[in-house]
Amino acid sequence: MNDDVILSVRGLSVDFRRGRRNFRAVDRVSFDIRRGETLSLVGESGSGKTTIGRAILRITALSEGEIFLAGERVDGRLDAARERAFRQRVQMIFQDPMASLNERAKIDYIVSEGLYNFGLFHSEAERKAKVETALRDVGLSPEVASRFPHEFSGGQRQRIGIARALVMNPELLVADEPISALDVSIRAQVINLMNKLKRERHLTYLFIAHDLSVVRFISDRIAVIYRGRLVELAEAEALFARPLHPYTRALLSAVPEPDPEIERSKRLVVYDPSAHDYARMPPAWREAEPGHFVLGSEEEVKRWQAEAQNR
Amino acid sequence: MSETTILTAEGLEVSFTLRGRRLAALRGASLELCRGETLAVVGESGSGKSVFAKTFLGMLDKNGRIERGSIRFDGMDLAQFRSERDWLSVRGKRIAMVFQDPMTALNPLKTVGEQIRETAALHRGLDRKTSRTAALETLERVGIHDPELRYRQYPHEFSGGMRQRVVIAAAIACGPEILICDEPTTALDVTVQAQILDLIKSLQRDLGMSVLFITHDLGVVANIAQRVAVMYAGQVVEAGTVDEIFRDPRAPYTWALLASLPQLGIKGEELYAIKGTPPSLFKEIKGDAFAPRNPLALEVDFVAEPPEFDVSPTHWAKTWLLDPRAPRIEPPETLKRLRERLAADRRRGSAVAGGAKNAAQGGSR
Repeated sequence: MNDDVILSVRGLSVDFRRGRRNFRAVDRVSFDIRRGETLSLVGESGSGKTTIGRAILRITALSEGEIFLAGERVDGRLDAARERAFRQRVQMIFQDPMASLNERAKIDYIVSEGLYNFGLFHSEAERKAKVETALRDVGLSPEVASRFPHEFSGGQRQRIGIARALVMNPELLVADEPISALDVSIRAQVINLMNKLKRERHLTYLFIAHDLSVVRFISDRIAVIYRGRLVELAEAEALFARPLHPYTRALLSAVPEPDPEIERSKRLVVYDPSAHDYARMPPAWREAEPGHFVLGSEEEVKRWQAEAQNR
Repeated sequence: MSETTILTAEGLEVSFTLRGRRLAALRGASLELCRGETLAVVGESGSGKSVFAKTFLGMLDKNGRIERGSIRFDGMDLAQFRSERDWLSVRGKRIAMVFQDPMTALNPLKTVGEQIRETAALHRGLDRKTSRTAALETLERVGIHDPELRYRQYPHEFSGGMRQRVVIAAAIACGPEILICDEPTTALDVTVQAQILDLIKSLQRDLGMSVLFITHDLGVVANIAQRVAVMYAGQVVEAGTVDEIFRDPRAPYTWALLASLPQLGIKGEELYAIKGTPPSLFKEIKGDAFAPRNPLALEVDFVAEPPEFDVSPTHWAKTWLLDPRAPRIEPPETLKRLRERLAADRRRGSAVAGGAKNAAQGGSR
């Protein structure tokens, strides 16, 4: 295994059972996240992108597959020591900053909670210093530590959510729609903050989102997921310049661009899953171009490439 | 354009009383809605865009009231309406509303058809049989297949996009002159959003309605609107045709809003970000509300509120920069990039189809 890969997901499937009915939310998904990159998972609601994030975080059990963190297997049963180490190395940033902070706790405690749980300080002064650094890193003044969450706006609360994750000194941050609950003017601040932290602290992000304009700006690579299956994965610019899979193209065409002229002349692409003839030719995960993967039969991928060429 | 306007709001001031404190939600907001157009009202949360729309329907919460200003509609002043009785002849009948969340806008205990039928029966005075036929026609009109079957189903049997179609059907069932849409696609996936936007556009065209479309998404604005009103801190700060707002914006807030679009960002560089947060509406605001966050603010911005300056017969902005005495200040460099970037994308074809079917107007889930 390549040593610049920090997280490796192999053949991940997740099933949800209700009575005798079985629903496969994630179906044989494989991808790697490299150290220091931002990999985005995009897809519609119900596509399984959040479930993948939860499976990586050990919140949801896997039905099949394996997950490795820096070469070490981290799915399924882990002994207590490994479980603890994992919980420190992988942190999460939540979607809704209005719901993810304990309303009855002061910011000082919210940011320190992980430190308490893991005993990551030797003295009260050290803990305070860590909280202060984390707050400064996210652009808040250390004085906010003595206040309560309700005193802050959505953007500030999201900064607190990020500080709480940062204080643990994680290697991987899973961010599930961290921007979508924020306003346009605040969104740019938080995007800049996440990018700055990534650069300065060599963080790695798994970014789960549906807003493609944000995803394009923030990601190094993008994976597109449709009904539990990865259908395409490529460098961000390559994906926007030469989308191959018809679902990716439908998704990109549906994003409204902030330009009236483009919108007037726009043609929507509609994805028709029945267009694939997978009974005759089963699909496989193929590398169509270097670093650009797509799910399809050999014939299909050739056709999509030709279409991309002629566009 | 007074002969073509259908609704005019002028100098509207609305305040709410919250735990004994007064919050000024609208601080003299004005707009004109023309017959047969789609006007987008764009702003951040707290800018007052939803409150603004609610005043047109008499749907302010109990602790809120209109303190000043007028809303002219068909010779009436809606701002003077006091009783529910006044509103009955307007709300739902001549001015209808589509809400953001189709999950909560429908009654889960009633069939979908019944909910559409009752609006038709109530407002148009139709009997059971004719109102049922009307409801079936409306369902079909909003792109729901097999309306006979769907009529008898309950909201939980519909997907999010289909449910929003039902909400739209209930709103248009009595042929309103004005349709107010409050973020109707925010809760939906992009592909479904595109279909709903197409539906609203085709309904607007075919039924000749005027649409007031509230959103925070500038992409959606570019898609649906002919004219745009930009709101900040309880006021409309700029209004114009969609091309004027995107090509030649004048208010610093509009500049900042456009410049912070991630589409304009260059990878590896900072995205343009507006500093700070919107002002608290509990406090008195002096001068231009955006001045404290505006790096280009003039001294006068902190002292006096700017009036509305006309840029063209269809375009005005509330900023001192348009005063003849003001220094020449150019919009941020990044804004010029907007057009080039998007045009380049289009040439590369990331937004355009080859071979695949064109969008039919909705239909299957």
